[in-house]
Amino acid sequence: MAAGHNPLEQFQIKTLLPLEAGGYDISFTNSSVFMVTTIAVITLFMLLGTSKKALVPGRWQSMVEMSYEAIAGMIRDTVGSGGKKYFPFVFSLFMFVLVANLTGMVPYTFTVTSHIAVTFALAAVVFLGVTIIGFAKHGLGYLKLFAPSGVPLPVLFLLVPIEIISYLMRPISLSVRLFANMMAGHVMLKVFAGFVISLGAILIPLGIFPLAFMVALTGLEVLVAVLQAYIFSILTCIYLNDAIHLH
Amino acid sequence: MRQFSTAALVLTGSFAVAAGQAAHAAEGGLPQLDLTRFPPQLFWLAVSFLLLYLLMSKLALPRVGDILRTREEKIAGDLNRADQLNRDADAALKGYEQALAEARAKATQIAAQTRATIQADADARQAEAEARLSAQAAEAEASIRATRDQALGQVREIATDTAVAVVTRLLGNQPDGASIDQAVGEELSRRGVK
Repeated sequence: MAAGHNPLEQFQIKTLLPLEAGGYDISFTNSSVFMVTTIAVITLFMLLGTSKKALVPGRWQSMVEMSYEAIAGMIRDTVGSGGKKYFPFVFSLFMFVLVANLTGMVPYTFTVTSHIAVTFALAAVVFLGVTIIGFAKHGLGYLKLFAPSGVPLPVLFLLVPIEIISYLMRPISLSVRLFANMMAGHVMLKVFAGFVISLGAILIPLGIFPLAFMVALTGLEVLVAVLQAYIFSILTCIYLNDAIHLH
Repeated sequence: MRQFSTAALVLTGSFAVAAGQAAHAAEGGLPQLDLTRFPPQLFWLAVSFLLLYLLMSKLALPRVGDILRTREEKIAGDLNRADQLNRDADAALKGYEQALAEARAKATQIAAQTRATIQADADARQAEAEARLSAQAAEAEASIRATRDQALGQVREIATDTAVAVVTRLLGNQPDGASIDQAVGEELSRRGVK
């Protein structure tokens, strides 16, 4: 199979503008392009949609308001009024993941969130932020998170290590879930795209089957892109709720 | 059914090929696990996410929040105003009804008053007419009485004249006027006529 058909080639990070700072490689890459694109798309979406500040919103402004109210509602429902402070962060996180996932669905683009480095960095920020908030709010009392009240002592010996491990696994599960979903989806699409050509080369009508499957898969991937952004942000809210209210 | 099995065959085959390709690519390593490519990603992620956070928290979200708050206030204000207007309308209706009732009462009063006035006027006129009529009647009675009295007063004279004429005819000479008059007077007083 030709090199161009390698399903992993799409994840290759290519340096576009070599840069270095303090011995670190901070080159502007194709990944950077789509990070900046994502930011630009979100900002334009938010600002142009609200430029009229209409009392009765048009379609675009309605979409902006819907995204605002969806995340505001999510925080209100899972965290309560104490979560208002973190609304801009959760909103930025949701929009970043959502738009990065969706721009990745456009052919010939690069999917920023298909890299574990990016998703883990986001998850680590959430994990560290939540842990800091927890200790700042409850001091050492935050450790009670690992020992739910009303559990008999012998069970605690078993439960506390499990709780600690599950807490420490949070950034990993959060980042791997997103990264693996995005990567698997894009590999699948690429593989089936390759099949359209290789089966079509044998007998042209045969190529229709993988093509039809690709159409369905693209729809599924758009759903996954939205769903994963939602999951990422709602888990962030749930962790925030733990930090603010314990259990 | 055949289509489905073909699709299934294609699917199975594709997974096999994908696995093969992945294995082939893994020789060069997953691009995601290339640690030398982490720093540029992390750097640009930090820069762009921080920028996004600042843009959202300082610019975009306050703007949307303002729009939503303005709308909420506008709706609440409009509802308040509608409520106020509704209450005003109720008050106006009550005032109107009261005014109507007052006007009606006044109209009834005026009608009664007018009726009374007219009645009084009519009574007065009737009384006047009756007075006039009775006056006329009295006058007429008086005139009749006067005429009769006058007529009765002339009876003696007529009777005397007649008696003179009768005696003259019977006796052929002029009787003594005084004795005739006396006889008539006696006769008349005997009959009760003056």
